[in-house]
Amino acid sequence: MEALDILFTASFWVAAIRIASPLIFATMGELICERAGVLNLGIEGIMTAGAFAGWFTVYAGGDLWTGVAVAALAGAMFGLLHATLTVPLGLSQHVVGIGVTLLATSLTYFTYRLVLPEVTSPPKIEPFQPLPIPGLSKIPVVGEALFAQTPLTYLAFVTVALVVWVLYRTPLGLAVRAAGENPSAVEAQGISVNAIRIGAVMAGSALMAIGGAFLTMSAFNSFFFGMINGRGWICIALVVFGSWRPGKALLGAILFAAFDAYQVRLQQITGGVVPYQLFLMMPYALSILALILVARRATYPKALMIPYQKGER
Amino acid sequence: MRLEPKPAPTLAVTLIYPLGAVVATLVITSLLVLVAGASPFSVFYLVAKGAAGSQFALLETLTRSTPLIFTGLAVAVAFRAKLWNIGAEAQLYVGGIVTVVLGTGALPLPSILLIPIIIVAAIAGGALMLLGPAVLKIRFGVDEVVTTLLLNFIVLLFVSMLLEGPLKDPMGLGWPQSSRVIAEAQLPRVIQGKRLHYGFVIALVSALIVWVIMKKTTLGYEMRAVGHNPQAAAFAGIPVSRVLMKTALLSGGLAALAGFSEVAGLKGNLTLDLSPGYGYSGIVVAMLAMLNPVGVVASAIFVAGIFVGADSMSRVAQVPSYIADVMVATALLTMVVAILMTRFRIRWK
Amino acid sequence: MSPPVLRLNGVTKRFGPLLANDAIAFDLQRGEVIALLGENGAGKTTLMNILFGHYVADEGTVEAFGKALSPGDPRAAIEAGIGMVHQHFTLADNMTVLENIALGTQGFWSLRFDRAGARERIVKLARTFGLAVDPDALVNALSVGERQRVEILKALYRDARVLILDEPTAVLTPAEAEALFQTLKLLVGEGLSIIFISHKLNEVMAVSDRVLVLRAGKLVGERATAGSTRAELAALMVGQEVEAPPVPPVVSGPALLVIQNVSTPRRANTTPLDNATLTLHSGEITGLAGVSGNGQAALAGLLSGTEVPLSGSYTVQGKPVGKDWAPAAALAAGIARIPEDRHAVGTIGDMSVTENVIAERYATPRFSRAGFLGWAAARKFAEEIIADYDVKCPSPEARIRLLSGGNMQKLILGRALDPEPVIILANQPTRGLDVGAVGYVHGKLLEARARGAAILLISEDLEEILALADRVLVISKGTLSVPSARGERTVRELGELMAGHAGEGRAA
Repeated sequence: MEALDILFTASFWVAAIRIASPLIFATMGELICERAGVLNLGIEGIMTAGAFAGWFTVYAGGDLWTGVAVAALAGAMFGLLHATLTVPLGLSQHVVGIGVTLLATSLTYFTYRLVLPEVTSPPKIEPFQPLPIPGLSKIPVVGEALFAQTPLTYLAFVTVALVVWVLYRTPLGLAVRAAGENPSAVEAQGISVNAIRIGAVMAGSALMAIGGAFLTMSAFNSFFFGMINGRGWICIALVVFGSWRPGKALLGAILFAAFDAYQVRLQQITGGVVPYQLFLMMPYALSILALILVARRATYPKALMIPYQKGER
Repeated sequence: MRLEPKPAPTLAVTLIYPLGAVVATLVITSLLVLVAGASPFSVFYLVAKGAAGSQFALLETLTRSTPLIFTGLAVAVAFRAKLWNIGAEAQLYVGGIVTVVLGTGALPLPSILLIPIIIVAAIAGGALMLLGPAVLKIRFGVDEVVTTLLLNFIVLLFVSMLLEGPLKDPMGLGWPQSSRVIAEAQLPRVIQGKRLHYGFVIALVSALIVWVIMKKTTLGYEMRAVGHNPQAAAFAGIPVSRVLMKTALLSGGLAALAGFSEVAGLKGNLTLDLSPGYGYSGIVVAMLAMLNPVGVVASAIFVAGIFVGADSMSRVAQVPSYIADVMVATALLTMVVAILMTRFRIRWK
Repeated sequence: MSPPVLRLNGVTKRFGPLLANDAIAFDLQRGEVIALLGENGAGKTTLMNILFGHYVADEGTVEAFGKALSPGDPRAAIEAGIGMVHQHFTLADNMTVLENIALGTQGFWSLRFDRAGARERIVKLARTFGLAVDPDALVNALSVGERQRVEILKALYRDARVLILDEPTAVLTPAEAEALFQTLKLLVGEGLSIIFISHKLNEVMAVSDRVLVLRAGKLVGERATAGSTRAELAALMVGQEVEAPPVPPVVSGPALLVIQNVSTPRRANTTPLDNATLTLHSGEITGLAGVSGNGQAALAGLLSGTEVPLSGSYTVQGKPVGKDWAPAAALAAGIARIPEDRHAVGTIGDMSVTENVIAERYATPRFSRAGFLGWAAARKFAEEIIADYDVKCPSPEARIRLLSGGNMQKLILGRALDPEPVIILANQPTRGLDVGAVGYVHGKLLEARARGAAILLISEDLEEILALADRVLVISKGTLSVPSARGERTVRELGELMAGHAGEGRAA
């Protein structure tokens, strides 16, 4: 059957891993924020800002890795804004998150129009090129999918390993997890909850921005409006789906991307009989379904969305 | 640093901080204007002139404020009960779909009957649209922020599907747009020959009704109680789940009216750009109004003025019209800080 | 002579108009146990929070081992050798004992968390001081007593020389408390100094060398424990002769609420009821004693309408309780409820006094018609309660959050007692209140009793129960004891029941 054959082609898995890459960055970013107790709904806007910042740096003459660094820095700055309002001031994480998304998005569009007032078709850059790893990339299907990607995709997987290491194997990660479980436990051990949470939100936001930059610097080669297209919200669903664990969230992101790559190919097979919009809806519908399936038994960080005031128990 | 509650704020205090928020917003956006190489004063003057400098400008601002009043009310109502409806955009489009489906000749009735029927149907459509996420929240504990956000994308794709399928305008030359609604389904203009339509009047009446609901009825009381402390509300015997569902119906219905009024009052048909993000701007409108329904009218006109004024400003000055979106987003963030300051004092030790 | 381990000079702390600590000064010597005695709200916890750096004092200084302690910095307190065991444990439930103890003890930027080293040290400390606990257990699997041991280990792990224990026995059974006292003796033997915060006189007499008495934020007395008497300390603490409320003889009426062999569903963080039987009679106060977390919440939930019986029979005024049992149904059945947590459950902090007092009855014809609220009637009701119950509040429009605990409780009482309920659930009705407010609440409960109401008084304070209750039951691990009449069981017997020793046990 044709529809099943897709699953065994290398190009399908290559696409799936490519689609997964920005989601992996952003999901890890959101996960760090939430493990520290802060829901970051700025994700959609921060990804937009990262996509533009990275792309524009290269467009303006910087090299690709500088672009990634600039994107991360832009993300961290929006993270700082978010954290300043939600952590020491304890403002609603819902409202501030939406506000940061609106601000980051509009600032990005403003800047784009400011620096490129007259362009009609978005200018292109020379993006990251695939960097096949000698030997490994020759393994059929699996090797092609995993080891013939761009360096930024490799970085996505390295990021997951790093997040796992930091969260579960270092004193810092212990403090981050404790801040999301019971901030007074952190305070009682002489660590500043605010510092931990602000740091986590900044680091997480930097990762979100790199996720956005992946789109303009690796998956595509230009920036256009509305390009994040709900990916940030999907990443929030992926964090829940992954029960706030990096490994499971990675699996969720790949699974999700595979569905996405699959629907594109299925669309081609069905040849216009089924409206293409139905296929495009699938990622969003799937995210909602995933939430419904896991929401009941999810063990979320106990202090998620609960602001902490020093000395208050 | 810690926050200490202040005693009941005086009227002056409740006004001075929001005013400070507006000033802060102007200062921050001035910096961007300076970066763009223009003078903030002339730019703000141009924005103000474009928003309210002539009868045309003023009417345009009121026209633009109409959908914002509806979405602002929708958000204000929902946020009051801490139902985080970020899906006003989707509910708006549902209102638009219903209007087009019923208004393009399916029901050959006179205006006096047809328009009320469409209004009721649009409200019902939007209400059901938000009922889904509300039920998922209540039954399964699924965060409604994410579901309503994702539904925005789904509904927009659904609209695109309709516009290329069953609702496609046969005379549309291939553009994704619906047929125009019949004359009986159109809202009359407030002033002949101008764009301001009776949707604005319906919006004002809606604001008044919502104000009465929030202040005078048991439902409004229940919504506030559930929003402030659901546990205590439940303990006191308030049916929390039922209140949340009623809130969802009310909020979704109000947002759908935005879609109805844009189609029946202004555009005449449904397109994919019916809303340039009115659903999201509604959040800002509601927060600027501190969730007060009457305040929503004022803040919707204010926000609409910024958008309309910035459009006309950007045609003259070399400052992108996106400055309006930046101003509005900045205003949202400065406003939440201002609201905090009216209620808490920050102590730095 | 070596400097004192700890020295407080003129420590003062205000919260708005409230003077929580007023120029407190004292020294703590090496190997000494000080008891800080005082009523709830006397300022004990505030003082310790200043010591530990959670709060910053408005005036005054703290010195540890002769060196000034930098204010507002828990890290400085920890490094100076001060360890604190908080009344509400500061443990992350979903993490292991080891992770909780070692949190913040290793270099922040180090690339590896040294698990093995930490485990070794914990095991050694646990053995030395008799604080047995599995380092790899998740905290949420531990009993309350074990959690407290983890808290103490946390302090010892960081080489604490001063240990502050805030109301450490509030959550312990008498046997667990005894074990704690043994541990404290070992610690003192090692040269540690201890500050023991309590409002229970017998404990204070048992553990301390010296007693400091705090009242309304002031240090009102200092006594060597040896040579002082309970009565003397009690008088100092309360500031006046403690008078037991006069309780007229009981006139029991018919059974109004009958719970028979009821079990409740298992839920996270609460102990369910296990085959519980209880009858509330008109004109009687039934007291429920027990260590918190033993099923009180489930029983209170049954009366409040927030919990449903899983099995057994439950009737209120002769009518069986059905599937639709909910807070509204409980109210309709004539049950008045005074909840345990007045901030989180009893009131809606950001709503006005008026809006709060009508919360249980806004839908009745008295306060609304055809879905519209009658604000005039509501306001009048609020004013009545404010006048009748002597509530201090700026106006009925004031947000209830701004009221003191005592005034908040009076409003809750007014709201609950206004319809002259036949059944009253009073769950920890006086916790955290000052002496005057306590007397007031007790008076109101006795009034309702005289009127013929059936009252269930749930309290962790055994003395409160002994003073008020006509019959006493003890709850332990979800099981209710057989009731005993006033004075029938000794405190010691009740204590044994609380610890879960079955039977009427005389043997210890």
